[in-house]
Amino acid sequence: MNDFLQTVDWSRAQFALTAVYHWLFVPLTLGLSVMIAIMETRYYRTGDEELKRMTKFWMRIFGINFAIGVATGIILEFEFGTNWSNYSHFVGDIFGAPLAIEGIMAFFMESTFIAVMFFGWDRVSRRFHLAATWLTAIGANLSALWILVANAWMQYPTGCTFNLDTVRNEMTSFGDVLLSPVAVDKFTHTVTSSFALAAVVVVAISAWYLLHGRERLLAKRSIALASVFGLIFSLAAALTGDRSGAVVARYQPMKLAAMEGLYDGERGAGLTVIGLLRCEESRSSNSDAFHFKIEIPKMLSVMSYRDSEAYVAGINDLLAGNPDEGIMSAGEKMRRGREAVAELERFRQARDAGDERTMEEIRRKFDPSTEEGESFLREYFAYFGYGYITSPEELVPDVPLLFYSFRVMVGVGTLMIVLFAIVWWLNRRDRLERRRWLLWIAIMAVPLAYMASQAGWIIAEVGRQPWAIQGMMPVSVAATDIGSASVATTFFIFLALFTLLLAAELRIMFKQIKIGPDKGDDKE
Amino acid sequence: MDTLQLLQHYWWFVISLLGALLVFLLFVQGGQGILYAIGRDERERTMIVNVLGRKWETTFTTLVTFGGAFFASFPLFYSTSFGGACYVWFAILLVFVIQAVAYEFRRKPSNLLGERTYEAFLQINGIAGALLLGVAVATLFTGADFTVDRLNIADAGGNTAISRWTSPWHGLEALADWRNWALGLAVLFLSRLLALHYFMNTIDDETIFERSRRRSLCAAMPMVVSLLLFLGAILLSEGHRAEADGTIVVEPMLYLHNFAAMPYLAVTLAAGVGAVLWGIWRGWRGSRKAIWWSGAGTVMTVLALLLSAGWNSTAYYPSLADAQSSLTIASSSSSEFTLRTMAYVSIAVPFVVGYIWWTWRAMNSRRMTRSEAEGDEHLY
Repeated sequence: MNDFLQTVDWSRAQFALTAVYHWLFVPLTLGLSVMIAIMETRYYRTGDEELKRMTKFWMRIFGINFAIGVATGIILEFEFGTNWSNYSHFVGDIFGAPLAIEGIMAFFMESTFIAVMFFGWDRVSRRFHLAATWLTAIGANLSALWILVANAWMQYPTGCTFNLDTVRNEMTSFGDVLLSPVAVDKFTHTVTSSFALAAVVVVAISAWYLLHGRERLLAKRSIALASVFGLIFSLAAALTGDRSGAVVARYQPMKLAAMEGLYDGERGAGLTVIGLLRCEESRSSNSDAFHFKIEIPKMLSVMSYRDSEAYVAGINDLLAGNPDEGIMSAGEKMRRGREAVAELERFRQARDAGDERTMEEIRRKFDPSTEEGESFLREYFAYFGYGYITSPEELVPDVPLLFYSFRVMVGVGTLMIVLFAIVWWLNRRDRLERRRWLLWIAIMAVPLAYMASQAGWIIAEVGRQPWAIQGMMPVSVAATDIGSASVATTFFIFLALFTLLLAAELRIMFKQIKIGPDKGDDKE
Repeated sequence: MDTLQLLQHYWWFVISLLGALLVFLLFVQGGQGILYAIGRDERERTMIVNVLGRKWETTFTTLVTFGGAFFASFPLFYSTSFGGACYVWFAILLVFVIQAVAYEFRRKPSNLLGERTYEAFLQINGIAGALLLGVAVATLFTGADFTVDRLNIADAGGNTAISRWTSPWHGLEALADWRNWALGLAVLFLSRLLALHYFMNTIDDETIFERSRRRSLCAAMPMVVSLLLFLGAILLSEGHRAEADGTIVVEPMLYLHNFAAMPYLAVTLAAGVGAVLWGIWRGWRGSRKAIWWSGAGTVMTVLALLLSAGWNSTAYYPSLADAQSSLTIASSSSSEFTLRTMAYVSIAVPFVVGYIWWTWRAMNSRRMTRSEAEGDEHLY
């Protein structure tokens, strides 16, 4: 492997590392901010001091997570430039806009009002404080909206066209970028699942208090809110997740095929509930892909296309092509992509030679307003990214990682629905405290919820490989060529720093929980 | 000026304004850097950390928005500078990461590293953050070692990097230019001066007030000297400018010519420097309102400087390796569609500034007192 390919891998690892750590803190703050706002609203309406105490306690937990989430978030933003500089130029015209809007519309709202939320209890009116708490929650979730719109565009690039003179893709419709089916689905699924995760944490901490016979009123009230909140949003996450399947089938069929370990496309394809994949060398078709599997007949077709007899493409279809189903082979896409790249290279040579006639001829090919240009862009440039792919096998993402991640996400998500329903019911009947085993399960659900949340992002990001932007730009072209040793060094620096901060954060969290709602800021 | 050019100038103005506000808000960093000089015991340090801590998020957010806006409006700069000068940018990021957690974790029980370590984090951020940002911004005038060829991307199988850094130091070479140090030091001492004025304004404590007042001259003098050195060097040195056909030419005393060609910028610069000097005087005389003069002066000075770097066909990121690779607002901007779309969004900026101002007033209407620093409310 040459040094540049190693750089690409280190850059991927560094971005993944930052994203994984970032996502340990963000989903909790997204959901917790809303629950805190609900608690404070109830305090505002009733004047019940216990509700104020409860609000302040969860605010403290929120604050500990928020700071480190912000810290890791800024690194992600700047890594687009430091590690993915070609990407930043090639699609910055489209991708940059949501980031800028995120800063202007969401971050300022969040950062301004969070100061009031924490420090304004005795400095501003109760109404102003409540508004600040809600605006903090809205700001946090608005920031999620914009970054998820940007991420969705990487999964499904739309609303743009290629400009030969600037050699980049340029936005033509902000509405298409903002409201693409992938963007809508990504935002709703990510936010609802984050709310559910936050509810799991609130239930778990409250369960710990009940197990230790402490803060019983606070714990029961917190569970009453969080279990309903969690039930609503875990059900919503299931619904939006179902929609995700349909969206992925349409726009990222290779991701779906890899998630399912589906090698040969089928009509009436079944959904594998559980299964054990064979090693990579042994997998070549549906018949030899699994040691064993249990599947629901026709379910994958239904989930993907809402039709039990719909054809779901497999990995082999997408590589070798399937003319009967209108699927172009990877080889043909690569040929067309290379032709598009070659035209750019010819343009460069003409520019260097001062050959205006050839440049004009190529410009016409890239002009979407002419018939020739429209045809070239549709038939060839649409496969531009494939021009950099050296072998069709590169187009297959990591099948086992996707297959198992998907099952972890869905399995844990289903368990959460059941857990929230039982906890809500028993708490309502005041019987929860006696079910100590269930309280322990609620605590043990926390790492599971985080695993499911991380698994979701693994599916989204690993499933897109080898692309930085689906079909348009592979990661090998997107990366900055700064030398593998440089990126490896910063990778380990970040790894050490993030791990240290995570350890500190967890220790503080556990201590705060142990201390309880009173005097949590006091030093030992 | 056609619509695209108008939008490019507008977005350079927005970027410059964000940069100017960021430099003003670096008073948070300045205050962290002199935490022990002004806060002699734990209670005093708690008061200082808490008046700064209520603003750190705004500074942080302004930095993030500055980066995001640069990415959106001038993506070629983002990809060239961040990808090339990555060591400097990573260093800046790291010192901001440790700042973010330091505030929240500092006084929390079982914080693993101890209060002193988090205070050290704040000091590192306070010194290195301001200094490095100043050095990085200085390269907008002094240049950097890079080449740009967008069509490199067509080199399938070869090196497809559009922007290439020609120095193996990836940004650290900027430290070899004394002019970059001059601006870095100017920003560092300016941030301290602003912090001292901010303490005088927001902390109700005679000891801290008097200590801040006395120390303000110690920050002001090196700030003025290093700023004048930088200004003198820049105004008299050559710069890169684009001809009408986009060809880059090197012009002696370009920035001086820019101020002559855009006298409103010269007036803004003079008024800004004057306001900062007046703020220094007022602070020395014991006025609690010195921050408003020095703060407004800072914004005007930095705004005028940054505008002079990008307007009037000036290359705001000169390439020392290949003059024709230098970036101008015309050669590096986003498309007209994107700039226009974002311009609509930027209409919200006055509203954002309005609520920040309103909230700031509401929170700072009462000064921080010793008793508040001893209270059991949420404290940093």
